[in-house]
Formats: sequence, structure tokens, C-alpha cells
Amino acid sequence: MTSKTVGPPTEMPNVARVIPDPGRAQRPGRRRHWRQVLRRDWQLYSLALLPLIFFAIFRYLPMLGNVIAFRRYRPGGDNIFDNIFGTEWVGLRYVRLFLSDPTFWDVFSNTLILGTLTLLFLFPLPIVLALLLNEVSNRYLKRFVQSVSYLPHFLSIVIVAGMIMQFTSVDGVVNQMLRSVGGEAISFLQRPEWFRTIYVSSEVWQTVGWGTILYLAALTAIDNDLYEAARIDGANRWRQTWHVTLPGIRPTMMTLLILNIGTFMAVGFEKILLIYNPLTYPTADVVSTYLFRVGVQSGLFSYAAAIGLFEAVIGLILVVAANTISRRTVGASLW
Amino acid sequence: MIVAEARESVVQHRTGPRRARPTRGYRVFQVVNAVILTGVVVATLYPFVNIVARSFSEEHYLIMGEVNLVPRGFSTAAYKYVTADPMFWTNYRNTVVYTVVSTFIAIVLTTTYAYVLSKKHLRGRGVLIGVAMLTLFFNGGLIPNYVLVSNLGLTNSIWAIALPNAISVFNLLVMKAFFESLPVELEEAAAVDGLSTYGILWRIVLPLSKAVVATMVLFYAVSFWNSWFSAFLYMDQQDLWPVTMYLRNLIAGATGTDMTAGTIAEGDQLQVAATIQSVTIVLTVLPILLVYPFIQRYFVSGVMIGAVKG
Repeated sequence: MTSKTVGPPTEMPNVARVIPDPGRAQRPGRRRHWRQVLRRDWQLYSLALLPLIFFAIFRYLPMLGNVIAFRRYRPGGDNIFDNIFGTEWVGLRYVRLFLSDPTFWDVFSNTLILGTLTLLFLFPLPIVLALLLNEVSNRYLKRFVQSVSYLPHFLSIVIVAGMIMQFTSVDGVVNQMLRSVGGEAISFLQRPEWFRTIYVSSEVWQTVGWGTILYLAALTAIDNDLYEAARIDGANRWRQTWHVTLPGIRPTMMTLLILNIGTFMAVGFEKILLIYNPLTYPTADVVSTYLFRVGVQSGLFSYAAAIGLFEAVIGLILVVAANTISRRTVGASLW
Repeated sequence: MIVAEARESVVQHRTGPRRARPTRGYRVFQVVNAVILTGVVVATLYPFVNIVARSFSEEHYLIMGEVNLVPRGFSTAAYKYVTADPMFWTNYRNTVVYTVVSTFIAIVLTTTYAYVLSKKHLRGRGVLIGVAMLTLFFNGGLIPNYVLVSNLGLTNSIWAIALPNAISVFNLLVMKAFFESLPVELEEAAAVDGLSTYGILWRIVLPLSKAVVATMVLFYAVSFWNSWFSAFLYMDQQDLWPVTMYLRNLIAGATGTDMTAGTIAEGDQLQVAATIQSVTIVLTVLPILLVYPFIQRYFVSGVMIGAVKG
């Protein structure tokens, strides 16, 4: 290109021969290399084919499908492209719409509150339970407690929702206790002020036991010599826990904290969908349930996709931020 | 003398140096700890026992709020009612079929991809891993997925459940870690003997991986068995539902969650639903409870592999 303007036309073939030569020599080489690679490993690549098709269709196509947040969507057209990606660009129209939607801000703050409560309880409680289990000297007792506490993790969310309803219903156990101390029965699931308590305690019930697994593994990996040394230095058990045990499981703690923060916005969507109702919307309705109603039930796909994209971006920012902070401060990070 | 020392160090090693010389304060702590852990066990099991008690009680006692841990006015009427409903069995059978087919597809895709990713010499391996890892941090979201699956014409079919969830990246990483830990020499020897890559995977690698494959089957099977949301989104014919949707409808009907269906039940109808709910919960949870003691440790080991390598 430059030779054309600088040098006279007669020089061109010469220059062209000298300059692009390495590129020309390299490219066929690389191509030959790929041909070799393909000949050697084509069977391996062929095994990757179906999984790659899966990722392309069911993971990456929906990612691209988020463009409907910026495009008008008319369902029921003949063109499958229009049906997935919308028909025309409308810019930030839907973003502006939801930012000025008061309901959006209500569900947004509900999400932040529920997310914070979940983090406050579901992050530290498994650590506490793991530490308590670690102090049990009877192996069979320890294993029994573990087995029982893992159990709720294996239940369908629908079953958990059903149990919550039975437990908190007017004739349920909680109200029996209330009545036995002279209180009046409360229909908990119809009361907005009870929703957060019910949600968080049921999450605790279902996830805390299972959450101890990784901590227990980290605890067994702590070198016994460290305890010995601490004991010789005169540390009592409490100080041993504080100065040896907790630093020993810190990498695990940070990893799980980052993961927890990553799911902060995606509070238990399915569970809320099962146990909330219009009466408890003031506290129970979160971003994901709102966009479900707006999108799937009312068919406002673009509007709901815009909200969903916003939620996903916040989630991504939170994970990256948590990871960076953790790496800078304690040196533990996911990537 | 040496033997005694050695024995002591063995004992020390097993119980740990922390167990030496418990102080008075520590003994108090152990008692408190035992009480707390007993509390955890009781709190975990309480709802199960309560549900079973309710399922065997007479409605009359339920309404009065008198059923706690023991069934009152023992009755199996609700069981007879639920098991006599052909739709319950249709949906139960659907759950079994969906679980088997979806798990099969998931295992095939996860195993093959994990095997490819475990080959360190493979060109483009980094890209292939990246393709999977990226989906951990960013996924399409509910609406684009819904739009896609509906437009692919998968609604009201098993494919709406099986295909979108065919590979869990977590399980993929567990399997990849396992395959990487297998000795390379075995596969090299098989290759020298003229086995193709397919042959190596099928006849050498998979027979060595039975344990991890079984673990993955359990992971997928439990998640498909428990799933309801895909069916909720993509199936509007009741005879196609899994049993979790059967239960979800009972719940929604009884509490007025499903306002759109206009089923705010009368007082006594609500109570009928309550016994039936308990029975349906018991019958749905039963298979999980029965196999749980046997599969639990596989889950724990699977999580460990994934955590160490992922």
C-alpha cells in the first residue's frame, strides 16, 4: 500500500516480493499445521461438535437474543430471525421506560434487601456450623449430623415451597405454637411483613448444611503442627480457632463469598415465584419475578429483556468487583 | 520404648493434638455444642415428620390445628384419593421419562466435551474451555431463553426440558478434572495398539471412569427429577407435566398464588387441598429419601473434585 504512493510503479513488483513474503510463507505453513492437527485430532474435534452446537444454540444465541432489549419485538411473525431478535432498532427506549417505572424501583429495592439478608445469613452460618462440627470428636455422631443437614439440599424447590405452606398455614405448626402461648393465628404467607423472615429462614433450612462441605474439607487440610505450635505458645482453644483455623479456611471463605455476591441479584427466583402472591408483592416481588410477569405472562418481551439485561450486568459487575477486591486485599480470587 | 512412642504418635495423629488435655471450659463447650447440633438435626427433620403426620391425619384434626408430630385420627383416605387420580400417575411417569432421557443426553454431551477438554495437547483447547466458562459469568437470561425455546418449536415436548439444560458447566469441570487425572500412558498404549480416539474413550477411559460417571448421572438425575420451572414455562398440557408441576398446582390452587386461574378456594376446600398437598409431598419426596443414604457420599465427593479443580 505505502509502496504505491512512495515509489514509482516500476518498483512495485520488487517491493511486493520483498515485503509480504514472510506473511505469505507463514500462512501456508500455519495452514499446513492446522491440516496436520486436523488429521491427527479430527476425532477429538468431532466429539466436541454436539456440545459446541448445544452451547451455540442454548447459551450464546440467548446472549445475542438480549438485543431485543434495544429492538421492537412483534411476536408471531413468519421470519424466525425477527421472532428471536426483534424487528427494528429502538435504542434505549425500553431502558428509559423501566428506569422511569416506579414498580421497577420497588422490586429493585426488594431485591437488594432480600439479597443482603440472604448474604448476611447464608454466608456465615455454614462457617459456624462447620466449626461446630469440627469440634465433634465422635466420628459417627459427626457423620450423622452431616447426613441429616445435607438432606434438604436434595429436595425440589416445589416440595420446599409446599412444606413452607404447610408449616406456616393457619392450622400449621407455627400457629399451633403461637396459639399455645395465647397468641392469635397469623396467615403468614398473606402478610408482607412476614415474607422476608419466611424466605430467609427457609433458605437457611435448605442450604446451610450443604454449605458446610467445602469448609469441612478445608478444615481437615489444616496442618496439625500449626495447632501444636499454637498450643506450645500457650494459645487456648478459642485462640487456636481464631489464629489457626479461621486463617486456614480463609481462601475457601473468600471463594464462596465471591460466588455468593455473584448470585446476589438472582435471589431465589423459583422459590419466590412459588410462595409469593399479590398480597405479599410489597416485600416479595423482586426483579426476576417482576420481569417474569411482565415478559412471559404479559408478553412485553423487549421491556422484560431490558430489565433482565440490567440485572445481569449488575451481577457481572458485582462478581468482578468482589473478585478484584478479594485479590488485592487477601490474595484469593476466582480467576 | 520406640513402639510405645510410635503408638502414641499414631493415637495423637488420629485424634489430633487439639484433643489433648481438655479443660473444664472446653468440656462445657462440648456439651453446648452437642445441644446445638442436636437442635440442627431436630430442626432439619421436624418439617418432614410434620408433613408425614399431616398426610396420615383426618382432615378434621388438621383444620383444628392439632396435628404436630403424630398423626391424629389415623387415616389413609388422602393417600387413596391421590393414588386414585390417574393424572398423578401420568405425571409421575412423565417425571421418570424426562429424568431418564434428559440425564442420558446430558451425560453423553458432558462426557464427550469433558474428554475433549482434558486433552492438553489439543489445539484450540483454550478456546473450547473458554466457550464453556464464559457461560458461567453471563447467561442469556429468562426472556431471551423463553423466546428462543418457544420459537424453536420445543414447547409441549420433552426437548424443552432436556435440551436447554444438557450441559452443566460445573459437572463438566468435575469430569474434565477426573479425565486429566487418568494416566496418559494407558491411552498412548491403546493408540499404539491401533485404537481410534472413539475406541479409546469407549473401551479404555469410560470403564475406568465408572465412579465419576455414576456421580454425574446422580447429579443430573436429581436436578431433572426436581425441576419444575421448564415445564411451567413451556408446557400447557396437564398430561405432559412432571409430578413437580402436579404439586405446584395444588400449592398454587390452595393459597391463591395463581390469581389468574381464579381459584381462591372456599374454607373447607382449602383444607381438603391441605391433606392432599401433604400426601403429594410425601409421595414425591419418597424416592429421594429412599436413595439418599446411598447416593449422598457420591455427591459430596463430586463437589470436592469440582471445588479443588474448578
